[in-house]
Amino acid sequence: MLDDIRLPLGDWVETGVDWITDNLAVLFDVIRTVVAGVFDVVEMVFTEPPAIVMIVVLALIAFLVRGWRMGVGTVVGLVVIVLVDQWDNAMATLALTVVAALLALLLAIPLGIWAARSDTVSAIVRPVLDFLQTMPAFVYLIPAIILFGIGVVPGIIATIAFAMAPGVRLTELGIRGVNREIVEAGAAFGASPGRILRQIQLPLALPTIMTGVNQIIMLSLSMVVIAAMVGAGGLGQDIVQALQRIDVGLGFEAGLSVVILAIVLDRVTNALGSLQAHSPVAKLRSRRRIAARASSAASPHDVAAVAAVETAPAGSGR
Amino acid sequence: MTEPQVIARAGGADETRGADDIAVRVEHLTKVFGRRALEAADRLAAGASREDVAKLGTAAVIDASFEVRRGEIFVVMGLSGSGKSTLIRMLNGLLDATHGTVEIDGERVTGVDAKRLRAVRRSQVSMVFQHFALLPHRTVLDNVAYGLEIQGVDRERRLELARDVVRRVGLSGWEERLPSELSGGMQQRVGIARALCADTPVLLMDEAFSALDPLIRREMQEQLVELQAELGKTIVFITHDLNEAMFLGDRIAVMRDGRIVQIGSPEEILTDPANDYVAQFVQDVDRTRVLTAASVMEPPAASVPVTVGPRGALRAMRDVQSSTLLVTGPGRTVLGAVRDRDVLRAVQRGHRELRPLVDADVHRVSPDTSLAELPELAVTSGLPIAVVDGGDRLLGVIPRVMLLAALGNVPTETSEMAIVDLPPALDPALVAQTLDDATARFDSQEVSDAR
Repeated sequence: MLDDIRLPLGDWVETGVDWITDNLAVLFDVIRTVVAGVFDVVEMVFTEPPAIVMIVVLALIAFLVRGWRMGVGTVVGLVVIVLVDQWDNAMATLALTVVAALLALLLAIPLGIWAARSDTVSAIVRPVLDFLQTMPAFVYLIPAIILFGIGVVPGIIATIAFAMAPGVRLTELGIRGVNREIVEAGAAFGASPGRILRQIQLPLALPTIMTGVNQIIMLSLSMVVIAAMVGAGGLGQDIVQALQRIDVGLGFEAGLSVVILAIVLDRVTNALGSLQAHSPVAKLRSRRRIAARASSAASPHDVAAVAAVETAPAGSGR
Repeated sequence: MTEPQVIARAGGADETRGADDIAVRVEHLTKVFGRRALEAADRLAAGASREDVAKLGTAAVIDASFEVRRGEIFVVMGLSGSGKSTLIRMLNGLLDATHGTVEIDGERVTGVDAKRLRAVRRSQVSMVFQHFALLPHRTVLDNVAYGLEIQGVDRERRLELARDVVRRVGLSGWEERLPSELSGGMQQRVGIARALCADTPVLLMDEAFSALDPLIRREMQEQLVELQAELGKTIVFITHDLNEAMFLGDRIAVMRDGRIVQIGSPEEILTDPANDYVAQFVQDVDRTRVLTAASVMEPPAASVPVTVGPRGALRAMRDVQSSTLLVTGPGRTVLGAVRDRDVLRAVQRGHRELRPLVDADVHRVSPDTSLAELPELAVTSGLPIAVVDGGDRLLGVIPRVMLLAALGNVPTETSEMAIVDLPPALDPALVAQTLDDATARFDSQEVSDAR
């Protein structure tokens, strides 16, 4: 009996997407222009300098946040990418990952904060995130192409939809996990909610939020190959090509380059969340604190300063 | 050092105090957690029990009313689940009251908007937390200055003030450390310093010493009493530890199942528990830290003026069935004590002077000496202990049997065990007066006997 009934869910979605295309075309044009513009700038920054300069910069970041081993490892890995002639592709992929991850973070962190402060928002956001994260990534490409056309932009948008979830979740988890008494202490001394967020909740949730950042970057990288199917360039393009031609060699070289990029990105962003004691940045910080102790002239310890120290090396490399 | 105040307050001075002396006023405060909290609160107000409204919500605090006087340490004591943490969180609005009002220094805390509430918190009331709740990413100095920072004091000034307070709590040299580098006791000193530095008249302390080990806890309690005496803060202190409550509290509110079952001075709670629950609770308390000489002393029946001579002394010994007597001189000052052996010998030999027999080596204690200091005296001397006022006037005696009963934790309830009922706290003035009357009678009797 059930055989006779057909739920026309697909038709509905199609109608919905059609409606959006007809009525919100201007909005999507704007989004496409902005995203494409940002991507072009970032890609240029990564591909314009000679490979050797980029290798030095990336290795320096790795050294600063994690120590000399990581620095050396990064140099070796990146040189391998150059030697298999995948450097330009790798930089295009890196640009795509960085832009997608940045935009995903821009959405995920505020949403996570909002969800942490309101049980209602949290209850609504959670199933939506489940949906976004478990829907097969390919499926996002279809509406993305319709709305944004072929090219790098639908790839980035699909990547954001797929990669955003852990960022929201971990931001919410981090903030909700901050010791209740410490938050109460802020309130008990008359701090405003915004101040409690800036001075207590965000700094204390930072390690968890950084795990979310790491997750977003890794998921973005994993989407890069899929995004290549709708015209985004980079390593993914070579992999798709290798698949079509059954070119084992090319597939392996491009694949290995993705792996190297993934390892470098993972280790660096992981280290940002919990700076290890032997990392030069951590040493620098504790030295600064000891100096302050000695001179008894305290340096500003607010969130802005901490955040600045943490994002400065990564930001200068982008 | 707080004991004399307690006695004075127990003496019924409450009514004469003006409204200005009230730092915190709590009226009919009720907190129910749950979706139908208001309905539950209404039914509680109409006399329903906690179990009656269990379906509507969890009643954490029910109809609590009390006033905390300026400069007083007010202890709220109860076991876990008695609602004391909820109560203290309503005092500064961390939790909204379902019913009732809280006023701090005349400023309403209940039913005001968030902005007003923040202003009250900044200017009137700060808090010390059980697990310290320090900001782990800030140095000790920045933590201590936190309250001032929120109040908008500029950096130079607030760090200067914070340095002062850090010194006061004994943490000089640790200013630039992070909280994680400090021991538990030191972290709580930072917590206290942070509350002191905010410079609010009222301090809320939520189980502030419960997470510390016993030795440190004792030390912190003593330091808190010192700081309070020095700074004159009004302190509301929450604890589940009766010994702590008895040691710190000028007055104690005992909570059970969300209700305040008794409010009184430590001695009142100990010697006159309002119900079986309180009585059971106080059974285990270390009485020596709470009870004072004044609360266990007896009218000095076994004392005679030096003028009665050996014969008079002997007769008094027979009357009160004691082998030793305290001897008083002019103005009821304590001269010392005499023993039966010496007196008997003097009577046999026909001596007429009592003074040469007096052993001046009698222990004199003031009424507010804590019992903890007494047993040693009692053991080293066979003589009774004289309780004297500032002018060395005899107020009462503490016989050894009294002391042992008091130390033996004999609760007033279990009458079959009790050998001696502990007298309620005595007003030394009253004792002095009674004594004067009694001795006047005794003296006139002597005169008539001599004729």
